[in-house]
Amino acid sequence: MKWLCALLLLVCTGHANAETVGSKAFTEGVILGEVAKQALERAGVPATHRRELGGSRILWDALRAKSIDVYPEYTGTLRFELLAAQHLPDGAALARALAGQGLAMSRPLGFSDSYALAMRGDRAQALGIATISDLARHPELAVGLSNEFVDRKDGWPALAGAYGLAALKVRGIDHDLAYRALNARQIDVTDAYTTDAEIAAYGLTVLADDRAFFPHYDAVFVYRRDFDPRAVAALDRLAGTIDEAKMRRLNAMVRMDGKTEAEAARLALGDDAPAARAGPSLSKRLLERTREHLLLVALALSAAIIVALPLGIIAARRRRVGALVLAVTGILQTIPSLALFVVLIPLLGIGAAPTIAALFLYSLLPIVRNTHAGLTGIAPALLDSADALGLTRAQRLRRIELPLALPTILAGVRTAAVIAVGLATLGAIVGAGGYGQPILTGIRLNSTALILEGAVPAALLALLIDGLFTLIERAAVPKGLRR
Amino acid sequence: MFRLEQVAVRYGAVEALAPTDLTVALRETLLLLGPSGSGKTTLLRTLAGLTPFTGTLTFAGQPVRAWRELREKLGYVIQDGGLFPHLTARANVALAGEAFGWDEARIAARIEELAALVGLDAAQLARFPAELSGGQRQRVGLMRALLRDPAVLLFDEALSALDPVTRLRLAGELRDLIAQLGKTVAMVTHSLREAKFFGGRVALMDGGRIVQAGSLGDLEAHPASDFVRDFIAAEEAL
Repeated sequence: MKWLCALLLLVCTGHANAETVGSKAFTEGVILGEVAKQALERAGVPATHRRELGGSRILWDALRAKSIDVYPEYTGTLRFELLAAQHLPDGAALARALAGQGLAMSRPLGFSDSYALAMRGDRAQALGIATISDLARHPELAVGLSNEFVDRKDGWPALAGAYGLAALKVRGIDHDLAYRALNARQIDVTDAYTTDAEIAAYGLTVLADDRAFFPHYDAVFVYRRDFDPRAVAALDRLAGTIDEAKMRRLNAMVRMDGKTEAEAARLALGDDAPAARAGPSLSKRLLERTREHLLLVALALSAAIIVALPLGIIAARRRRVGALVLAVTGILQTIPSLALFVVLIPLLGIGAAPTIAALFLYSLLPIVRNTHAGLTGIAPALLDSADALGLTRAQRLRRIELPLALPTILAGVRTAAVIAVGLATLGAIVGAGGYGQPILTGIRLNSTALILEGAVPAALLALLIDGLFTLIERAAVPKGLRR
Repeated sequence: MFRLEQVAVRYGAVEALAPTDLTVALRETLLLLGPSGSGKTTLLRTLAGLTPFTGTLTFAGQPVRAWRELREKLGYVIQDGGLFPHLTARANVALAGEAFGWDEARIAARIEELAALVGLDAAQLARFPAELSGGQRQRVGLMRALLRDPAVLLFDEALSALDPVTRLRLAGELRDLIAQLGKTVAMVTHSLREAKFFGGRVALMDGGRIVQAGSLGDLEAHPASDFVRDFIAAEEAL
């Protein structure tokens, strides 16, 4: 196990001296991550950006496990989700709570990404509506709200109570459809996030929260207190430079105009001349991801074979140990893969290590089970013959039992390999790269082309490995055992 | 050669072999006879150390302690030869020497002698068990058992998977071979005629115990129980 860890360290620590910025797997998070990276570099602090690392919990754990040094977060998420147990009443309490964990946050960037109500700009102007309070004078308005917002206790019921909006007719609607319904004048009001790209794209007006009902989700950067002081200063200089309207434009650049997050970040930092540096070509990207993907699968599978084969042999030798080993590896298999990847972060950080560990654990069962089945399936008369010949236990295992069980064992390894190729795509959530990366980005940007760029090679690789095992079986299985 | 004192085998609650006293003399052929489930195979497997037992087993005057030492002097042949399907016939035979560290030249020389003895050629020895006939497989099994020139040969229904013509021919060759080589033999059979063919002392078993031991003539003339008389009568009638 030790050599494996050492190898993983070697594989994963590409940028030992640079500060590592993390970002969540949604567009605004990735843009802000890119903003931080560029701001650090401009301040003379080398930085790398590990983008699209799943959700808040993954980034939070990664920051505390020192896998990343800084990431963009929202004060509301910190107060109401990550540190919810501490019931923090305000920003000052939040700062103290962070300090208690050895963390700190930058000054706010200047926008709050929170719930809001939005209307078509022309409609709002015609009716003279600028604030949520104004809605109470227009009970004839059709309100279409996302189902989540209608159901949340701190959503519509509380909002209607606070503003006296009980007279308005409300219906539930899918959030993505709501913008189109608004545009087609089928509804007048919907809920939105204050920085949604669609607000800018559809020319919507965000109604002012004049009674300060919605909690603030101010964007900040969270970092550990051992963070480079030059970097802290660089991030603090960004305070107040991005307001809601600017963030909306940045989001729209990426989500609607097909610009990269790096370009949006350059604009956020005040450059208007977009540097014309194209990303790597498709073939280069594919090659790099194939390398990453194969490395994940190969390391996990080799480690699994090294561990599972002896376990399967022991399981076949001792019935009680065998039942235990099969039960434990079986339970491992039932852990939902997403959960396993995330649970491993506090132990192994982010990147290839937790992914390889998870793939390793999932590969154990097929190999252990097939080794056990292959060995226990040997005719007792043959074992008698081997013993009567005077073979020692080791000779019997090596010369008789393993060759006879080999077809079954190989079938188990084959199953494990094909499963691992598919599961490895999930590693992108924790920053392992591979074919999962374009899938993740494709889902975020709603781009089928990007999803296929990851899904097609992953499927082809699985087929290729399956085919490869047909050849291995042909070469490795003794002639007398072939049918 | 073998002496059993109160040797018994239990599988859980089942008594496969009741406490048994038995002596197998040097160069004797002992035929273990009886219906299926009577314990004759269990008794044979006990002699090869293939099953845990209670009691004392003495081999060549010494209580058996290390089975590997005993097995070096044993040849064991089961139905259909008990060959390993993933090895060629030659590799199957060679394994008996490799298990005890014989070098290749010694094994090759011995295989040549034995191939002539049992009537197999090099092409046949290069085949896998599945590519050989039942009779050929049995000859390979016999070669493997004879490779180390053991003092004792144990046969468990070795001929029963063969067609009648092949069985008769092989049985004849085997009988001559045993006489020629002067081995101590214990042979499990469920057929009285096979026992008659090979001659020697008979131990008739039933329900995990030896009900009568002696020459076939003894058993026919002085059956120790109704079972012995009925068994012999039935075997001779059918």
